[in-house]
Amino acid sequence: MSATPVLALRGISKRFGAVQALTDVDLEVRPGEVVALVGDNGAGKSTLVKAIAGVGPADEGEFLWEGKPAKVERPHDAQELGVATVYQDLALCDNLDVVGNLFLGREINRVGVLDEVEMERRSRELLQTLSIRIPSVRIPVASLSGGQRQTVAIARSMLGDPKLVILDEPTAALGVEQTAQVLDLVERLRERGLAVILISHNMADVKAVADRVAVLRLGRNNGVFDVAGTSQEEIISAITGATDNAVTRRTARKAEGKQ
Amino acid sequence: MSTELSRSPEDGGSTPAAETATAAPAAGAVTAVDPRLLVREQGFKGYLTEFVRRMRSGELGSVPVVVGLIVIWAIFQSLDSAFLSAQNLSNLSVYIVGTGLISVGIVFVLLLGEIDLSVGSVSGLAGAVFAVLAVNNGMAEWLALLLALATGAAAGAVHGFFFARIGVPAFVVTLAGLLAWNGLMLQVLDSTGTINLDDEGLVATLTSHYFSDVAAAYGLAAVAVLVFGGAQLLDARRRQAAGVPFRPLAEIALRTGVLAVFAFAAAYTLNQYRGLPLALLVFLAVLVLFDLLLRRTGYGRKVFALGGSTEAARRAGINVAAIRISVFTLAGTMAAFGGLMIASRISAANQGAGSGNLLMEAIAAAVIGGTSLFGGRGNVWSALLGMLVIGSIANGLALLGSPAHLQYMITGGVLLAAVVIDSVSRRTQKSAGRT
Ligand SMILES: Nc1ncnc2c1ncn2[C@@H]1O[C@H](COP(=O)(O)OP(=O)(O)OP(=O)(O)O)[C@@H](O)[C@H]1O
Ligand SMILES: [Mg+2]
Repeated sequence: MSATPVLALRGISKRFGAVQALTDVDLEVRPGEVVALVGDNGAGKSTLVKAIAGVGPADEGEFLWEGKPAKVERPHDAQELGVATVYQDLALCDNLDVVGNLFLGREINRVGVLDEVEMERRSRELLQTLSIRIPSVRIPVASLSGGQRQTVAIARSMLGDPKLVILDEPTAALGVEQTAQVLDLVERLRERGLAVILISHNMADVKAVADRVAVLRLGRNNGVFDVAGTSQEEIISAITGATDNAVTRRTARKAEGKQ
Repeated sequence: MSTELSRSPEDGGSTPAAETATAAPAAGAVTAVDPRLLVREQGFKGYLTEFVRRMRSGELGSVPVVVGLIVIWAIFQSLDSAFLSAQNLSNLSVYIVGTGLISVGIVFVLLLGEIDLSVGSVSGLAGAVFAVLAVNNGMAEWLALLLALATGAAAGAVHGFFFARIGVPAFVVTLAGLLAWNGLMLQVLDSTGTINLDDEGLVATLTSHYFSDVAAAYGLAAVAVLVFGGAQLLDARRRQAAGVPFRPLAEIALRTGVLAVFAFAAAYTLNQYRGLPLALLVFLAVLVLFDLLLRRTGYGRKVFALGGSTEAARRAGINVAAIRISVFTLAGTMAAFGGLMIASRISAANQGAGSGNLLMEAIAAAVIGGTSLFGGRGNVWSALLGMLVIGSIANGLALLGSPAHLQYMITGGVLLAAVVIDSVSRRTQKSAGRT
């Protein structure tokens, strides 16, 4: 495994009023590695993602990018570093068409004006590469289905030249085929040497593509596991907080042994 | 390099085989087209069905205002045959310019989903600043004009700052501005009360000059038609070459033809009276410029994005505060420009400038013209269309000798109708899956 992580977070804390959403969280991702971030509802996964993406910066903690400390205070800072994010609460402009959304914030210009033709051509190409089926790239995204909007958001993150791609529950709204495609896509990203943080509640998906699983529980780290050498039950008990209970751990092991 | 996906195969020179392959069928050759997509049929019938579908799903665009304008003109013409005379229409075209310019700024603010209530006061202030500097202090008119515009820009920037950086609702900031700038105007005018402008000066000329040579109006119409048609053709060529859907030649010809009819009819009418008014030329130039800014530049795209979803825009790395401040600055500048046009038309700056129904008319024009109050939908041409409606009502009623209160009631009713159409079409669009 290559030496320096693309991203290393140390002691990240974040509070919203009376809620301490994150306490002293560490996380590392290396190039060519898929890290699954799991945890129960409200564990703080999306909050951590927003801290990385600069949408809701952390209150405390170190942010190391490729080994060097970096300041990420605005979404723009994270984009500059090479972080591409697909948010759980979709971040698309309903009134803009698909092309407008894909290229929002990084429009292609030609002699000072928008190069709609080039953007449209690349959009179609990109959507085709990702096998995304939408009626037309020139309709407002408001008229797309939830899953189609999701795939547009994912496609958006592939534009530009990211080094780290964060997907916050990307498959939650997707059909069987689209889910498979997103998982394929995650693998392709890994093959290209990108780092991926994948948030999912679906253990099968996590097991299928992730290299490591980082568990958050009540806003704190609750273990990092190598997918290869860990049973699903162990991860689940870390999520639910049963890890420190030796009995449940043993029963989980036994159950696996019997299979 | 990582993301291969976004890179185009044409980066290293396009392959001719691929080009011919994709260029052949008109639409949807590249991406697998969803079979449920209602592809428009070719030819005239295709237009009609597409049009009906759009109306049904609430994408009304400029249709209600054009229909409304035709109705209004028909009514007034039947009541007074002088209404559609060249002289009256020519006067109307000059009358609408001042408020229309203010309305252009309002369109930008409405696209953000905000409102600017101060534009009336700012326009009055700009007129006063100009008159005091140029007439009372003998400053060169062009310099006084620039300073008046800068005053409007500064006022707008102040609104933008308090709205975008401090987070005060734009409604309240500009309401404070409405009062404060009006007070400042009275202070600037101070003892003088009314200042008459130099009739031969630059600003007075803005509305009094006409290009009486018939070649001017026809030339402008010809240039507009040629540039429009040419741009459409070039765009279609590029799209065809890139293998993305493009407008068929017949459609381009039809659109250009419709524009040509309107442009030459207008030029003919203007030439029947005193020729092409300078004020109208300025207004049209501003409209074309801001239309390009809004639809063809990254800046305009950001304005629309903010109107669609501020949070999405922020996450896309757009500097939300900067765009907001710039839009309010632009609205202030356009208000000042409009104020100077109005001062030019009455050839004076006085204490009543910028008050009355000016603010209401500027906002109403944008909304009547089809720019949504809810943000994210609209275009600058609504300033022209809306002002034509409002100006026609005012002008027609004046011709008939009706009192002002009738005009207020009718304009109020038209504004209400426009807002109802806006709200209903928004609802229909929502139920048709569009926001
Ligand atoms: N904007 C906010 N204001 C106040 N509290 C917030 C805000 N965002 C998140 N929280 C709180 O922070 C905690 C973590 O929320 P977060 O959205 O990160 O959870 P999550 O792990 O992504 O959950 P899920 O699996 O449901 O997506 C929750 O207790 C939530 O109530
Ligand atoms: Mg979440």
